[in-house]
Amino acid sequence: MSQSHTLPLSDALPQDPREERDHFHDRLFRYAVTGCATFVLIALLGAAFSMLWGGREAFSTFGVQFLWSADWDAVQKKFGALVPIYGTLVTALIAMIIAVPVSFGIALFLTEIAPAWLRTPVAAAIELLAGIPSIIYGMWGLFVFVPFMAEHVDPWLDEHLGPLAIVGPLFQGAPIGLGMLTAGIVLGIMVIPFISSVTREVFVTVPVHLKESAYAVGNTTWEVVWDIVLPYTRSAVVGGIFLGLGRALGETMAVTFVLGNSHRLTASLLEPGNSIAATIANEFTEADSSVYLSSLIALGFLLFIVTFIVLAVARLMLSQLARRGGTTS
Amino acid sequence: MKNTVFSRLKLHVAAAGVASMLMTSAFAADITGAGSTFVYPILSKWSTTYNAKTGSKINYQSIGSGGGIAQIKAGTVTFGASDKPLPPEELKEAGLVQFPIVIGGVVPVVNLEVAKAGDMRFSGPVLADIFLGKIEKWNDPAIAALNPSLSLPDQKITIVHRSDGSGTTFNWVNYLSKVSDEWKTKVGEGTSVNWPVGVGGKGNEGVAAYVNQIKGSIGYVELAYAMQNKMKYTEVKNKAGNFVDPSLATFQAAAANAEWKAQDFFEVITDAAGKDSWPITASVFVMMYKQPKEATTSADALKFFKWALNEGQADAKELDYVALPAPLVKQIEAYWAQNIK
Repeated sequence: MSQSHTLPLSDALPQDPREERDHFHDRLFRYAVTGCATFVLIALLGAAFSMLWGGREAFSTFGVQFLWSADWDAVQKKFGALVPIYGTLVTALIAMIIAVPVSFGIALFLTEIAPAWLRTPVAAAIELLAGIPSIIYGMWGLFVFVPFMAEHVDPWLDEHLGPLAIVGPLFQGAPIGLGMLTAGIVLGIMVIPFISSVTREVFVTVPVHLKESAYAVGNTTWEVVWDIVLPYTRSAVVGGIFLGLGRALGETMAVTFVLGNSHRLTASLLEPGNSIAATIANEFTEADSSVYLSSLIALGFLLFIVTFIVLAVARLMLSQLARRGGTTS
Repeated sequence: MKNTVFSRLKLHVAAAGVASMLMTSAFAADITGAGSTFVYPILSKWSTTYNAKTGSKINYQSIGSGGGIAQIKAGTVTFGASDKPLPPEELKEAGLVQFPIVIGGVVPVVNLEVAKAGDMRFSGPVLADIFLGKIEKWNDPAIAALNPSLSLPDQKITIVHRSDGSGTTFNWVNYLSKVSDEWKTKVGEGTSVNWPVGVGGKGNEGVAAYVNQIKGSIGYVELAYAMQNKMKYTEVKNKAGNFVDPSLATFQAAAANAEWKAQDFFEVITDAAGKDSWPITASVFVMMYKQPKEATTSADALKFFKWALNEGQADAKELDYVALPAPLVKQIEAYWAQNIK
């Protein structure tokens, strides 16, 4: 972006004092907003770099093996990030599988189907849900949802899906209610308000004449939604999903309550696991050796990297989807 | 006019500021401490009572034993508190002294329908095998042999441990290491260990919540949590071969039977001798500087601990802690006189 393009006045010599003043104010405004944007970048880089610096002892002791070692032994002072990384990704994936379709449903119901008098109160209720502190979800998860999973869902999954050939190992295990599946579901419920309130906002912005024209040529509600509303709002919807995904990856308190906090690698979703954020929250206060502390900070740095990679991959996939959508329509 | 009112106001503010500065300097500076979460309830109770009596304030932050050791070594606090004693060489290097301040105990708790509180009996090796994952079912012959009167179910045992590093864990695994060689070599001891099996709860309250939620589970908590949450605690066989209930009396017996001969009280009193001793009794240690930078604050802290050891006993009992036995208190006071300048 060239200078003259953003500020057409800068080349012309300002003559009258008013123009000069405007010119000055314009420049001031530009510095101010550039400063805001730079601040975010500096904060991000600063946080990432200080984590990397804090984690340098872990990286230098364990090398790249830190990434795929499943060890986590404070007595032997051997640490590896595989179990927390795996748990973080799996719980976030389960959360998104649940949250994305449900959020779309909520947003579409509110913009296309619900009677007008119902829309505002329900939208307000969703925003209220978004404001609930995560520890409340954690306590609800532990005291209400975990017993429900232990008594009804886990035994059923173990019995019916456990013996299956390929997906079977995912659903075998003692029905204790705690575990990655429970954590994923609680996370899903937590991120629904984020995704649905963003999607609802942008669905409202679809011009009425586009939708009305589609209905006029005989489209069903589903066709209008799929062919008109979603393509029109795609980038904003993606933004909403990313907001939810970012929250799911970094959520700490609620996950700690229901995940089981156990450093063992297991295929089963019913078994307890660990996530990066939960490990840090659990173990930071009593990390009694410098390499232990450093490993926890290194985990924090890896959470940055994991989040970055997940978001990049998601964006790539979506842009490819968009291209394909562009050629077929 | 406005100006004069304003300047007069400023003068008042300045005077008040000077006055308050003078007032605070008339009292001693606050005593600060950091460390063990295990000792936090009793320390905060003591500091309230002590403050009401003497006006001295004790500001204790329960950041964890590891944090407490780090803070006292950095010299940012007057005293540090830890569930795990430091070896004499390490103390000497840092110029610190160390003494026990209060006794507590770790208690196994179970969630099993057939058992009431105090019904189940365990021995150290059986507990170690359960926590190693070698004993998987409640009706295992090893458990059944200790509990002939209970009809134990064919149910899987779910182990609940601490997910955070903690002094409770340290004393628990220290006991398991003392009674089981396999535990000692495979897992070892520390404030957090690599658990072979089980789920982790954060804090005593987290373990208590998990044990209450999960049927067929076993965990370990401090006595106070077991009592307050009405959990099913168990009896454990002690070194003398008796099955004992966890109680203030059995904790006291263990503390009295410990010899406290080691230098700087470097002794973990789990698996203590004596027919009434609770085998998983724990003590909390306080660390202070031999030659403190702020001598008056340090002397005030010692006064506080002297008061706590002698007169704070009622408070301790109320919160399910055990005050130190009288001979040990004498021993600690002699140690102070000898070591702290």
